[in-house]
Amino acid sequence: MAAIDQSKIRNFCIVAHIDHGKSTLADRIIEKTGLLTSREMQAQVLDNMELERERGITIKAQAVRIVYNAKDGNEYIFNLIDTPGHVDFNYEVSRSLAACDGAILVVDAAQGIEAQTLANVYLALDHDLDVFPVINKIDLPSAEPERVKNEIEDVIGIEAQDAPMISAKNGIGIEEVLEAVVEKIPAPKGSPDNPLQALIFDSVYDSYKGVIVFCRIMEGRVSKGTPIRMMATGATAEVVEVGYFGAGQFIPCEELSAGMVGYLTASIKNVKDTAVGDTVTDVNNPCAEPLPGYKKVNSMVYCGMYPADGAKYPDLRDALEKLQLNDASLHYEPETSIALGFGFRCGFLGLLHLEIIQERLEREYNLDLVTTAPGVIYRVHKTDGTMIELTNPSNLPDPAQIDYMEEPVVSAEIMVTTEFIGSIMQLCQERRGRYISTEYIEATRALLKYELPLNEIIYDFFDALKSRSRGYASFDYELKGYEESKLVKLDILINHDEVDALSFIVHADSAYERGRKMCEKLKDEIPRHLFEIPIQAAVGGKIIARETVKAMRKDVLAKCYGGDITRKKKLLEKQKEGKKRMRQVGNVEIPQSAFMSVLKLDDN
Amino acid sequence: MMEELSIYIHIPFCVKKCLYCDFLSFPAGEVKRGMTERKTALFDNGTAEDDIEHYVNLLHREIMLSAEIYKKYQVISIFLGGGTPSLLTAHQISRIMETVRSHYRVAQNVEITMEMNPGTIDNGEPEKYITSGINRVSIGLQSADDEELRRIGRIHDYAAFLKTYDMVRMAGFRNVNIDIMAALPGQDTASYERTLRKVTALAPEHISAYSLILEEGTPLYERQSEYSFPTEEEEQEMDRITRQYLASCGYHRYEISNYAGDGYECRHNKVYWQRGDYVGFGLGASSMVQNVRWSNPDTMENYAMYVTSAEAKWGYDGAEHCQFIKVNGLSGTEAGYIPYRQVLSRQEQMEEYMFLGLRMVCGVSAAKFEQIFGSPIEGVYGETIDRLRRQELLVRDGDGIRLTERGLDVSNYAMAQFLFD
Repeated sequence: MAAIDQSKIRNFCIVAHIDHGKSTLADRIIEKTGLLTSREMQAQVLDNMELERERGITIKAQAVRIVYNAKDGNEYIFNLIDTPGHVDFNYEVSRSLAACDGAILVVDAAQGIEAQTLANVYLALDHDLDVFPVINKIDLPSAEPERVKNEIEDVIGIEAQDAPMISAKNGIGIEEVLEAVVEKIPAPKGSPDNPLQALIFDSVYDSYKGVIVFCRIMEGRVSKGTPIRMMATGATAEVVEVGYFGAGQFIPCEELSAGMVGYLTASIKNVKDTAVGDTVTDVNNPCAEPLPGYKKVNSMVYCGMYPADGAKYPDLRDALEKLQLNDASLHYEPETSIALGFGFRCGFLGLLHLEIIQERLEREYNLDLVTTAPGVIYRVHKTDGTMIELTNPSNLPDPAQIDYMEEPVVSAEIMVTTEFIGSIMQLCQERRGRYISTEYIEATRALLKYELPLNEIIYDFFDALKSRSRGYASFDYELKGYEESKLVKLDILINHDEVDALSFIVHADSAYERGRKMCEKLKDEIPRHLFEIPIQAAVGGKIIARETVKAMRKDVLAKCYGGDITRKKKLLEKQKEGKKRMRQVGNVEIPQSAFMSVLKLDDN
Repeated sequence: MMEELSIYIHIPFCVKKCLYCDFLSFPAGEVKRGMTERKTALFDNGTAEDDIEHYVNLLHREIMLSAEIYKKYQVISIFLGGGTPSLLTAHQISRIMETVRSHYRVAQNVEITMEMNPGTIDNGEPEKYITSGINRVSIGLQSADDEELRRIGRIHDYAAFLKTYDMVRMAGFRNVNIDIMAALPGQDTASYERTLRKVTALAPEHISAYSLILEEGTPLYERQSEYSFPTEEEEQEMDRITRQYLASCGYHRYEISNYAGDGYECRHNKVYWQRGDYVGFGLGASSMVQNVRWSNPDTMENYAMYVTSAEAKWGYDGAEHCQFIKVNGLSGTEAGYIPYRQVLSRQEQMEEYMFLGLRMVCGVSAAKFEQIFGSPIEGVYGETIDRLRRQELLVRDGDGIRLTERGLDVSNYAMAQFLFD
């Protein structure tokens, strides 16, 4: 194989706000470089998980290597690295960016810059990437490319006047983008003769090859037989195969050397050993220092997941095990609930991550799940000086043992048109936000900065933001740290029995409101019994809200003669079947939908 | 002893469908609706009267051709239900009864009930019904309040009912049931109580007091938001009044919705709840014989085809074939027209024994259960019985197992527990 000229390699990614056309542009680039015929193209090649396509977002970073014959007569190798587009996956984004030397910034010609665009661009600039903009969707009637160019220059401070004007959807201006990649994105640096230093930016588990590690070689070289060590996790292995990314497939090659992007396999059994951000080096000739920027990814959001049918517990365990093989950021441990039986407390990067896992469990593993209200990790400082990290509200120590509690707080940036500033500020206020600043980006748009408790935004903040800004606001956040807070545990008592799966931690000031809404919702969910059922919300043993499910008065078929019997029996069967799907708490039967309904308290 | 059989004969015609009705019934002129052109030939004469006459002919043929199957049975009750059987002429009724009498062994003391709707019988007809052998009449009144009647789409007023009732009594009927309904739109406890008083003043032998059930697909169900129904509390009060008042007038409650003077419980209905054998003739009619349940075709086209095909195959004397049917149910061509047939398993029989039997105030007999199924009831339902007793929905006194008054109110809840997983 002919040695690859490092100066003809371009490693880059595309950054954009959701819906601004990142994946479509990636498709067009792959198409134009001739690697695939149009017929072979799936609608969006990079998003190859079914779920990703349906949601229109990219979950896992992926990469593709393509060959471009430039106008200067040379053949270039492009490594296009796709990045997840959601704030839940910020760390993965940052590692993917670190694998690149430059980035294409896609901005919608009609929408202009949005909060997430900014967040991603700043992230790219922080990684010293050369960023050049392209203006997409120029064929839309509402396109204002000149305004958007000025905005890019004013807000981000990068040159935009000669930005390619394109329509990724209709294939307009793609050639220009490819030429710009050659011209504006620098070739990688690094020497093949230095000790191996490779950045892991993703990995997938394959049942035949073990973990397939996606990496960017910064220094040195790696090939079959190289003994390697992951510097942060300490795992060692011997390389079995190296290669690069075809469109949707792995293509083995002899060697990967400095500047190249590709994969390696080494019979590694667990993605935990190949943490994103870790540095791979040669055991026999190790590099002095790992690459900067590695951090252990922690779950931000926790919830209980239970099989709707208790007998499916082993199936759920197997499914989680399999998902974790491919997703090191998914955490779970067994837990038991009086109401829901055996299940797992699961940790996620964010609510989107939670929803994706939940959907995959239901869809790919055919499981029916009952999920408890998602919560964040609280720090409980006890009077004896120790601190526990609380992921399950049921484990809150006795109030007498608690000195104080802390909750995670995020720094949030909200981009909004000026007409909605008032309503968005009010929303942040309601969610216990601390106002930091307002920056006017242009006459009609502003960037609001707030500090918000994480538990106020994990449920429905994004939805509320969208509805209060008629869809115009965009939002990005990062964890700032922990702050002391007046937190209480809200318990729900059904017929005087505490239902552990319904307990959650809430700020003292919102306890009454949440409690009242919970009771109202549960009242509609719990069917009538032979007796009256009080539904109470309590904080520290004190009842703060109550509703009552009235006793069943009448449940009778007035007529049952010769022709009715079969039909009436079906009715009784349905009634019995409904009962079977309920969870017994004390002598009350609670439908599983009740546990889920309290997750959506604000959609009235 | 000879085995007993009850016969149900369905007359699907009515003047106009009531807004709450989900029975298989329709105005006579609409028989041909939905039929293919070829099959309309079976009903080619056109008028409503002709439709009815055709139907009576089919009934006549079905009753005759089934006779062989039931020759070892003694018929203890016959029930002409609908629809509105009184839409038939006295002659047609008499012809149907004659067919039954001449082809089946009918017991001396047979109970023969005919349903009637006010305003559908002419002078002199009740006398002819008596001559045909009918000895019990069931009249659908529903309410003594004209406004309430109008709201649920009844074709008559209270005065028309009174006239019918008088005619029936004058003709000499000594066993009369009146149907009434609670929980009607616009009804309140006072108006309901007036209906009860007026009805009991007429001293019928039997009263069926139903609560209105909104059945899916009926106009009343579809348009329920346009009506104002009694509240849950009012409905409960109506139930209470029914029990208390009818008891004070000498009617004992013997089933969820049925009340009778001494000796006047309806034999036919008890057959359903006690799982006696019954055969249904006519459009969509249901049967249960020797633990096989089936129902007849429910379109006129298929019903006509079914009768014709059965005749061709069985002849009028298909004794062997009939024996086969008795054991195995229907099969072959005619079975193709049967929309539903089920051979009940032992467990299904037990379930029915309980949920049908417990509809009756006297409940079920533990000894009889053991006699039928060969195992003591405790072994099968002991846990359920104990649980329901603890909840005070059921009592066990000696051999009898029955629901309490509260148990009858929430009988679906109680009965569902007797179904197997």
